[in-house]
Amino acid sequence: MRELLELLEHDARRPVSELAPILGKSEYEVEQDIQKLEKDKVILSYNTLIDWEKLGDEKVTAMIEINLTPQREVGFDAIAERIYRFDEVRTVYLMSGSFDLMAIIEGKSLKDIANFVATRLSTIEGVTATRSHFMLKPYKKDGTIINDEEKDRRLVVSP
Amino acid sequence: METNEKENWNRRLSAGVQAIPPSGIRKFFDIAAQMEDVISLGVGEPDFVTPWPIREACVYGLEQGYTSYTANRGLIELRQEIANLYHNQYQVDYDPAAEILTTVGVSEAMDLAMRALLKPGDEVLIPEPCYVSYAACTTLAGGVPVPVPAKLENEFRIQPEELEEKLTPKTKILLIGYPNNPTGAIMTRDDLLGIADFAEKHDLIVISDEIYGALTYGGEKHVCFSSLPGMKDRTILLNGFSKAYAMTGWRIGYALGNPTFIAAMNKIHQYTMLCAPVTAQLGAIEALRHCEKPMKKMVREYDRRRRLIYDGLTKMGLPCFEPKGAFYIFPDITPTGYTSDEFANALLKTEHVAVIPGNAFGACGEGHVRCSYATSIDKISEALTRIEHFLTHHKKK
Repeated sequence: MRELLELLEHDARRPVSELAPILGKSEYEVEQDIQKLEKDKVILSYNTLIDWEKLGDEKVTAMIEINLTPQREVGFDAIAERIYRFDEVRTVYLMSGSFDLMAIIEGKSLKDIANFVATRLSTIEGVTATRSHFMLKPYKKDGTIINDEEKDRRLVVSP
Repeated sequence: METNEKENWNRRLSAGVQAIPPSGIRKFFDIAAQMEDVISLGVGEPDFVTPWPIREACVYGLEQGYTSYTANRGLIELRQEIANLYHNQYQVDYDPAAEILTTVGVSEAMDLAMRALLKPGDEVLIPEPCYVSYAACTTLAGGVPVPVPAKLENEFRIQPEELEEKLTPKTKILLIGYPNNPTGAIMTRDDLLGIADFAEKHDLIVISDEIYGALTYGGEKHVCFSSLPGMKDRTILLNGFSKAYAMTGWRIGYALGNPTFIAAMNKIHQYTMLCAPVTAQLGAIEALRHCEKPMKKMVREYDRRRRLIYDGLTKMGLPCFEPKGAFYIFPDITPTGYTSDEFANALLKTEHVAVIPGNAFGACGEGHVRCSYATSIDKISEALTRIEHFLTHHKKK
């Protein structure tokens, strides 16, 4: 299972016909395995990493540090949910250190994000402070180098 | 007039150089290099770039001013790391001061070993198919290469009886290379014990080229020849960083052996090479200290590709030995009716897939081609599709 997951994590579009011989299983078995992993929510979703800038899309990403007042019984979870339910919020982590949540937010413009933080985020009960950091340039995302210049420099034939 | 002059120059070349043929492996290089969409399964090196920490360590070393000669035998820190590796991995102990020589790749180490040991007429037993330089190095050092064909039905593992048949009073060295390029064969501990008995019985020196030692698959662990009982002193073990750590272009390897052999090899090394490049030595130290994890990751990736290409070739009717080490597969192409050369030529011209004819690795490699799976899964898949297309549409008339 681990091997299958590693292969899919690297390339979710790999056909079963290719996975089967690599894993030493039949195509039917691999399909069953994948279905089970999806059902058990080990595989949560299949995403595509897209360089939207190549389409000329203007997009702004910000990392927001959020300080919270924890609530009885649920700690940070309830407030975290109120935050991650927004579509603008792409990622949320509970953090150790000088702030509590890290939220990654995407918007069309700086103003867009500023607006979201001011009117939606900081007004949530329990949020005591926010600090926004705007992303200037992505170099590497989820293990993928954005503009990888390294290429195969080998000779076509060698001993 | 011009032709005559050229012939004159040829006559002035040394007998050794005239005796060796040009490497058969480069035959298709020129044609393949011209093609845009060629998929090459003809490359004998990893497709990975050297792991970043190694490259980074090398750059840092340059910044720190590591630009001078090192000791002939190599930086003592590197020799110590090599000694640690063999102690931890194979429980065989080498003295960094006297029994380890850092070289410019295994190629240099091979040449040194041959020149240090051979006198004119000495014979070297060489199981074939094997790496292209074994016979050439032997000839250049004045020795006589004696090929011993390994058989497909024995999974290309050489048998003591087969060696025995080629033994003469002039036999001095047995040269083995497992995991094997081009067949992907490995030798089990029992296989090697048989070879060790043979070497002991006939008092032969064994040169063991273990450059692919880190690359074995399917739970098979590489057995280091010098770790076998009684074998350490009569073995010159050759290894390097090219294949395991994807460092082919760095040219860094080493030889392990008894103090007398290593001192003799070092004597030639100090006059001809002086030392291995210092930056490559720094990279090698980093590789041994911190890069086991990226190395193992590459091995896992080769293993996946191995299973894919073995399955693909077998299903399309090319009988293969399932490779257990290195990153080559050596299918039998005789069912197609082509010779190795014809097959490789026709496949390259019609489907733009480069493979190496098996006879480049010794006469007994005829009827096979070598495919390297040190290339991405996507490219292997595409190559398999093209080979299948070739088999159905270009049957030999």
